[in-house]
Amino acid sequence: MSRVRDLVVSGAVVLVSKLAPRPRPPRERVVPPGEPSPRAELLAIGLLGLGSVCSLAFIAAYALDRLGGQTQLMGLALGLAFVAFGTAGIVIARHLVVTEELSEDYGPEEHPEEQETIAALVEDSSSRLTRKRLFKLSLFGAGATLGAALLAPLASLGPVLDLDRFVASPWRRGTRLVGEDGRPLRAADIEERTFYTAFPEGADREAMAASLVVVRLPPGSLNLPPANTGYDAGGIVAYSKICTHAGCAISLYRTPLYAPADPAPALVCPCHYSTFDPATGGTVTFGPAGRKLPMLPVFVDGRGELRARGTFDDPVGPSWWGVRSRDARPRAPQ
Amino acid sequence: MIRGAVRFIDQRTSSAPLLRKGLRYLFPDHWSFLLGEVALYAFVVLVGTGIFLTLFYDDSTSSVVYHGSYKPLEGQEMTHAYKSVLDLSTVVKPGLLMRQTHHWAANVFIVAIILHLLRVFFTGAYRKPRELTYWIGLVMLMTTLLEGYIGYSLVDDLLSGMGLAIGYGVALSIPFVGANLASLIWDGPFPGGPAFFPRMFITHVLFLPVLIGTLLAIHLLLVTMKHHTQFRDARGQTERKVVGVPAFPGQAPRSLGLFLITAGVIFLLGGLAQINPIWLWGPFHTYASTNGAQPDWYLGWLIGALRLVPGWDLVVANRTVIPNPFWGGVLFPLVVFGFAFLWPFLERRITGDYAFHNVLDRPRDAPLRTAVGMGVVTWVFIVFLAGSADRVTVALGFDYETQIWVYRVLVWIVPLLVAGLAYRVCVELQGIDRVEHDRQQAEAV
Repeated sequence: MSRVRDLVVSGAVVLVSKLAPRPRPPRERVVPPGEPSPRAELLAIGLLGLGSVCSLAFIAAYALDRLGGQTQLMGLALGLAFVAFGTAGIVIARHLVVTEELSEDYGPEEHPEEQETIAALVEDSSSRLTRKRLFKLSLFGAGATLGAALLAPLASLGPVLDLDRFVASPWRRGTRLVGEDGRPLRAADIEERTFYTAFPEGADREAMAASLVVVRLPPGSLNLPPANTGYDAGGIVAYSKICTHAGCAISLYRTPLYAPADPAPALVCPCHYSTFDPATGGTVTFGPAGRKLPMLPVFVDGRGELRARGTFDDPVGPSWWGVRSRDARPRAPQ
Repeated sequence: MIRGAVRFIDQRTSSAPLLRKGLRYLFPDHWSFLLGEVALYAFVVLVGTGIFLTLFYDDSTSSVVYHGSYKPLEGQEMTHAYKSVLDLSTVVKPGLLMRQTHHWAANVFIVAIILHLLRVFFTGAYRKPRELTYWIGLVMLMTTLLEGYIGYSLVDDLLSGMGLAIGYGVALSIPFVGANLASLIWDGPFPGGPAFFPRMFITHVLFLPVLIGTLLAIHLLLVTMKHHTQFRDARGQTERKVVGVPAFPGQAPRSLGLFLITAGVIFLLGGLAQINPIWLWGPFHTYASTNGAQPDWYLGWLIGALRLVPGWDLVVANRTVIPNPFWGGVLFPLVVFGFAFLWPFLERRITGDYAFHNVLDRPRDAPLRTAVGMGVVTWVFIVFLAGSADRVTVALGFDYETQIWVYRVLVWIVPLLVAGLAYRVCVELQGIDRVEHDRQQAEAV
């Protein structure tokens, strides 16, 4: 028996010695040696284990639809997995890797000889040219024209020169005003101290010149400038809903419901708080808008429904270079 | 094993010398040098979560009536774009986690970039020979702001639509070409043609990320070519000698750890802290808006500027020449970024210092730079605060118009005061340093 055992043992030793790496000649260390730190090692291993548990927990949270707050649990599990692995990295960096602080030269600030060679190379290579200025000019021209040629197709991105669509309006004489529910707006239903959103009947509601804000002002408070005489329908006034400053919808109607009833009712844009006076033709009373709110002339037809008398008195929406504006100066509030 | 792999690679690429040099590349050590790293890691999270989101997003603005699992919006008309993000947030697992993590990562990315920029500015790290690195960083910041804006615009909820309307107003206000430019970008007048959203989508997921990635690579390459800057302390740093931890083994686990912790924190935020609950905003229509609207914080300085400027249009003979949004939406950011781009030239001109700099200043070492920088930062910050005046009105009841008038005055006074104060503090700190230095000298004697 013992012979068999000896044979097995010696065979195993031979096998192991074959598998084991050959001894290498001793060499100088690249990284200096350091003391082992078994506690930090254990901590790092523990953190890696914790991260793995969290990773599995993420898969579980993903798979189990019965759990409430799945998003929160998944975020928690995945986030903690990352944090645990990351903390393991920090532990390794601080306690398990030898802290080396090395120094070296920043390197040369410049290479004057190389610079000189490069410059000379370029100069020498052009020594056969006799009309250098003309040559440079034609090279510049080649670059500029080719660049322009390659950029020209960008004009296909949109109707670049056709700005008619910017001033197009769906409002015509007689166009009926409809509410958000698509039903015609009846003058008798328009109350004070609230606002109504209206659209031209049958038109695209998303177009900038489509939407209106309609309010009824208290009797006697209307103070329209001469150019807007007759724009109201018995105290009912209609303005473009799109702010002339930056194009947001005006959806605030500031009208105090209790004393002191001051300041006067105003239409306000919630984006930058441009404030317009509905009693004076939409003039700017505060905020960044540089142009009054376009007013739409309205009248009440025989069935008591509101209709447009024509289109707006000013271009709708934010301004651009060269757009005509009737009244650019904000006026003092009345 | 390791030897075999290294031999395999070296025999086929001859890269062993480069690799060896790379592994022993030195990282000067200071906590503030990690801010740029955090930005890089947030970018990685953005790309990862973003890839997931692209697989579910639909860029069509054609209209659809919603019949989904979120009952409050039942029967509402909306675009396919908004519906796809709604479904991603309510139906797809783990869509909400990925979307919120993506949004949080964008915030962390931009915070980290801005803090990194402030560190670079106030320590003079942008000076010769590192101006290129600095300018590329600034271009990356601008690209990132645009990328973030397009990102939340793609959702097409009510808030993002209002943001696009403002962007359109600002584009229109550009002198000479505003209307033509807006028409090109939007494929017609607002709210734009059918090509507009697909264009934004490809820009957000391909053009700009590739641009940011490329600039990032050049930025990092430039850093390594001239080595990182360093502070001077007791470890023997000089303008000629860099002192630091080698990439391997010292820096590698540290950077990897920082990456994983950054990613972990962003995922924790994405899972536990709600951000941009788009189902509450509802779909966008040009005729709808909501009160108290605020963009993502990193555009707060622009909305503040748009709100603060009084209602001036430049008008000649009843024709608008320069519309109002130009001042706050174009001119103001141009001035701020223009200052940041030109400052290295200005400083050289003022101080006559044309030398190479590898050792960083502490803010007190350069009182003029610190004062000017603090002034500009304060200027932008007050404009940013003005953008939140409406929230103050809602929360505390202060009159909105009064607040704006106060800000219109403060925005010019406070930056000057802060700059003066910063200069004074720097000079005083220098004085304290000198006294301390003299005392140590005396003790040594």
